[in-house]
Amino acid sequence: MLTPDELREIEHELSHYAQPQAATIEALKIVQKHRGWVSDEAVADIATALNSTPATVDAVASFYNLIYRKPVGRHVIHVCDSVSCWIMGQTRLSELLKARLGIDYGQTTPDGRFTLLPICCLGTCDRAPAMLIGSDTHRDLESVDAARLDALLERYP
Amino acid sequence: MTARQSPPLRPLTERLRPDNTPLSLAEYERHGGFQGLRAALKMGPQDVTGMVKTAGLRGRGGAGFPTGVKWGLVPMGPEAPKQKYVVANGDEMEPGTFKDRLLLEGDPLQFIEGMIIAGYAIGASIGYVFLRAEYTLAAQRLLAAMAECEARQLLGRNILGTGFDFTLYLHTSAGRYICGEETALLNSLEGKRAVPRSKPPFPATAGLFGKPTVVNNIETLCNVPHIVHYGADWYRDLSAKTTGNADGGTKLYGVSGKVKHPGCWELPMGTPARAIVEQHAGGMREGLQLRGFLPGGASTDFLTAAQLDVPMDYDSIAKAGSRMGTGLLIVLDDKTPLLGMLRNLEKFFAIESCGWCTPCRDGLPWTERILADFEAGRARAGDIELLRQQTRLLGPGRTFCAHAPGAMEPLQSALKHFPQDFEAALRGTEGD
Repeated sequence: MLTPDELREIEHELSHYAQPQAATIEALKIVQKHRGWVSDEAVADIATALNSTPATVDAVASFYNLIYRKPVGRHVIHVCDSVSCWIMGQTRLSELLKARLGIDYGQTTPDGRFTLLPICCLGTCDRAPAMLIGSDTHRDLESVDAARLDALLERYP
Repeated sequence: MTARQSPPLRPLTERLRPDNTPLSLAEYERHGGFQGLRAALKMGPQDVTGMVKTAGLRGRGGAGFPTGVKWGLVPMGPEAPKQKYVVANGDEMEPGTFKDRLLLEGDPLQFIEGMIIAGYAIGASIGYVFLRAEYTLAAQRLLAAMAECEARQLLGRNILGTGFDFTLYLHTSAGRYICGEETALLNSLEGKRAVPRSKPPFPATAGLFGKPTVVNNIETLCNVPHIVHYGADWYRDLSAKTTGNADGGTKLYGVSGKVKHPGCWELPMGTPARAIVEQHAGGMREGLQLRGFLPGGASTDFLTAAQLDVPMDYDSIAKAGSRMGTGLLIVLDDKTPLLGMLRNLEKFFAIESCGWCTPCRDGLPWTERILADFEAGRARAGDIELLRQQTRLLGPGRTFCAHAPGAMEPLQSALKHFPQDFEAALRGTEGD
């Protein structure tokens, strides 16, 4: 069941479009904002709310990399692995993150705190390498060391 | 930032504050804001389109299609469909590109003004901003600016008492590079998978929800208020007077990679790449030499150090063997391995393929694997020819959209300009 808050927010987005199915991505994002991820049940509920089908909604959900169809940690870390960040030392940053967190890409720390994922260009290439933690963009990480990285991660309990 | 009387030389960025916090509506209007819209609303819609055509504005998202011509393809008059749309492409995801973020975060009102004028010119009553999900600060600032405009009758019904209605909505995306392709973007805006559409019909006649639609890049739209306010002749005169430069206006150029001062600057259209890299970006870091550069993002052909004097305008770059793309350069230095860079690029394109057509879906991961073999010293005799073949089989005309052909541009140009890197990797394999 979608909650009254979720339904109200989805209704608001529906009013922006000529067809209800157009709000599919907004609906997925609304559910994810409230629950952290999008379950099979939520996919079916969104389909009902938008007069669509679960298969259609899931085809959309599985296409977009920022819709999570599995549970993720409280904070998702997205490391930009596109070319400018790669030139500026993204590989080193990724390896350091993996070592500090003890996980690989696509995994979540056992305490459910962080999920680590790569992401394509974040559009801040003049201050590469960069990464997102939640919706915060962190830049200028070329010479980041373990101590500085730990201090940064501390800000996300 | 001072109130000015004479026309600006850097119209798009002149109002930006050093910390890039945006102006309030009152401040924006004190600095010439909404003069373009006021002038446009006194003209006929087709005259606005004509003015943009005369100014020579070309799309700043990568393809460089003339903006006024695009607008001119939309059906007008009493026979035209009642509902039309303007869509702003703010899905800035071309690797190495960070100009639209600057414009949206620093001056959202300028963009909104351009959007309203575009709506007026084609007779659209609804506009959508398609913004990539990660630009959360831009989204906040846009929503705040939109609310200010609505409160002052600059958006919504009966704009400035002229009877023109224009409602603007913000759509934030959920990822995927292919959303930047304009027909994939329309599918995404309709709540579908972002798979490109077959063309024709073009969006100008059958776009969003099947209605006539214009899709313009953010930087493109930011030019529009100034063109209408100061005129097409002023705009044409802004560009650099370099040989072969037929384009008007300014361009947001930028540099990333191992230069001393990476950044983004508004400069006359046609500024030579050398001036951008050496003067504005401060040249290469100590101990590094420039080997080559991608002039306008990941999907443009490499140019070499010997080509640094090329004027950065559409025709001059095309003549040099590449594309303007987004106009933000990615620099390859002599200590960064070319094969590693290429593998990074092709991996990106492989992951970001929408999967709709076979050559792209299967050909790009194959290309990446061959490059990984070169990088790891596992490449075999014949693999260079295999890569050349890929650039033909994934080239223009072989795929459903421009994604795979774009992916082949850095590869084909690397094979042309830097064959020694591939040959050296092969010799290394043979020596084992």
